[in-house]
Amino acid sequence: MAAAEKQAVTGAGPFNGVLTWIDQRFPLVETWRAHLSEYYAPKNFNFWYYFGSLALLVLVIQIVTGIFLTMNYKPDAAQAFASVEYIMREVPWGWWVRYMHSTGASAFFICVYLHMFRGLLYGSYRKPRELLWIFGMLIFLSLMAEAFFGYLLPWGQMSYWGAQVIVNLFDAIPIVGPSLAIWIRGDFVVSDATLNRFFAFHVIAVPLVLLLLVGAHLLALHEVGSNNPDGVEIKKAKDPKTGRPLDGIPFHPYYTVKDAFGAVVFLSVFSIIVFFAPEVGGYFLEHNNFIPADPLKTPPHIAPVWYFTPYYSILRATTEEFVFWGLTPAVVGFAGLVIWSVRDTAARVSVAVVAALLLLGLFTLDAKVWGVVLMGVSVMVFFFLPWLDRSPVKSIRYKGPITKITLALFVIAFFVLGYLGTQTVTEGRTLAAQIGTGVYFLFFFLMPWYSKMDKCRPEPERVTGK
Amino acid sequence: MKNLVATLALVAPLAFAAEEPVRLDAAQIDPRDVASLQSGARTFINYCLNCHSAGLMRYSKLLDLGLTEQQIKDNLLFTADKVGELMNVSLTKKDSKEWFGATPPDLSVIARARGADWLYTYLRSFYRDPESPTGWNNMVYDRVGMPHVLWTLSGQQVQVEQEFKSEEQAEAVGRQQRGTWKVERVLSTEAGRTAERYVLKTIRTQTPGQLSQIDYDILVRDLVNYMTWMSEPNQVVRKQTGYAVLLMMLVLLVVSYLLYKEFWKDVH
Repeated sequence: MAAAEKQAVTGAGPFNGVLTWIDQRFPLVETWRAHLSEYYAPKNFNFWYYFGSLALLVLVIQIVTGIFLTMNYKPDAAQAFASVEYIMREVPWGWWVRYMHSTGASAFFICVYLHMFRGLLYGSYRKPRELLWIFGMLIFLSLMAEAFFGYLLPWGQMSYWGAQVIVNLFDAIPIVGPSLAIWIRGDFVVSDATLNRFFAFHVIAVPLVLLLLVGAHLLALHEVGSNNPDGVEIKKAKDPKTGRPLDGIPFHPYYTVKDAFGAVVFLSVFSIIVFFAPEVGGYFLEHNNFIPADPLKTPPHIAPVWYFTPYYSILRATTEEFVFWGLTPAVVGFAGLVIWSVRDTAARVSVAVVAALLLLGLFTLDAKVWGVVLMGVSVMVFFFLPWLDRSPVKSIRYKGPITKITLALFVIAFFVLGYLGTQTVTEGRTLAAQIGTGVYFLFFFLMPWYSKMDKCRPEPERVTGK
Repeated sequence: MKNLVATLALVAPLAFAAEEPVRLDAAQIDPRDVASLQSGARTFINYCLNCHSAGLMRYSKLLDLGLTEQQIKDNLLFTADKVGELMNVSLTKKDSKEWFGATPPDLSVIARARGADWLYTYLRSFYRDPESPTGWNNMVYDRVGMPHVLWTLSGQQVQVEQEFKSEEQAEAVGRQQRGTWKVERVLSTEAGRTAERYVLKTIRTQTPGQLSQIDYDILVRDLVNYMTWMSEPNQVVRKQTGYAVLLMMLVLLVVSYLLYKEFWKDVH
């Protein structure tokens, strides 16, 4: 029997017997070793490497606080707003649970954005980690969906009109759009039916997908191994006797204690927000959302929560002038660039055909459609990073000046777009958002060329410490 | 890159300039000042809680302000029978819509939507306006449906307009006002020539009320203090808990840091 061949568990004192019993029926020791005590992570992780485990911590916070919120929340248009205030006022510690959840939503995005930025810095999406990156991007998409559905639940003015604006985006799709928008809402306007289905998506459907994807993300990570700030593979230099990477250290206990320290630092900052400034000046909890949803009163200024504002800015920046003066030359220029640099005739022809179709679309379809398209592309384009980056090195440490400048410009554009998305529209702001949109997309679309021509320094053989 | 940053830095503040004509006065509120909260609760229940409800707030929560159940029953319980009840009003939505043109909003969390400074400035900015159906208008909320309920206390104000040639001049005079003020740009035509003029709008007391201007400001401050507290009655407990939590975090911070350093001693 296979069970009998397994060695008895040692080193757990009085629990040896129980653990042996379990291990003979379940791959306990094997799993522990594969994912923790004998998973070798590079020893040179820096500050940026905290945010993966922190995102996981926030996910746990969101699920646990979410369970308790669900016990008292009423997904009913007539009762939702009051039930949230009931939690805030009358449920023992309800305010604490609710603020943890609302702060957690923003904290989740902060962690995930920093986690993604780490990937950009050190080329963590490059071969062999493409699928790992794709799983990560799917997590990001699910998170956006989760945040969007959840934001309707307090049933305040911003909840209501934010959902109205986003669902109306589907309206822009030619032919099927209007029917699709009604199908999503379950009504002609956002209503009780919408609230109920959004609740279902928020508390069960999306969290299930999210958990599944996080599992896949971790499995993929442990298959290929972690990248590090030097962007060199630690698996290349192994101890000839033990076969362990020379620059690797077991995840447990080294990174469990390090991440525990990081978690305490994070929770300290998190607590400062939860207990002393849960609204964060209207950025985490919008002021207008303390007014109950009113389908008859459109607020003069509808702004999404900060984590969606960069994409919202791109949507609003896409005016008719922008389509004509910005997008049209961009499509022509980009098609020309691809045709010039690709040798294959079939590829050249197909690029020309796609460009011609796009141009036809740009001149015939409404600017609103292109706003929605650009907003979609601004998120989806991250999926293609593993193939857009053609630099000979992974890490920013060995990349040349062009990459450093373009990355800096991209970060600035992201912040500027994010800020503008919280503000009302003026002529000057729209222009700034259009410039920001241009920089945002050029960063991705020109990457295959500038990443290759950049003057990189040679990567070291081994990791260089901190 | 620097140029881009400079351009963007320039664009942002310029775009700001056109908003919010009335500068909001700072409400010097303090949610720990129990006397002020009690005074605010009295004003709120006597003046506001006839048309406006505070339907998410229970009378019994006033116990947190150091009042006894008997005190609440004797002095404040006008719209309910038991202290455990919510602060609802008997005015129906249909009636109020007919009388004021809009249903008075529930005030439970209004301070979180509007902000204390807005409420403080708004409640001190009513003036007589014969063109309005209620006879009142407001500097902060033009053509508001709400009449000036506190007028017996504040007296009656009228709006005063002064014309200036430059915006700076108008604002300089405005800043010396104790009450609300705003500057509006108008084009005036004199002898066939159009010129820009800046109109400073202020309010002046015409008929004095029961309270002096300073006492009225204090009354409104207390009222806004109460409304801010009512919008989140647990806010004081929240902050107190916060200090305890941060203290514990500090301990954990030290322990987890030492643990991390101890384990990492042998990683080179």
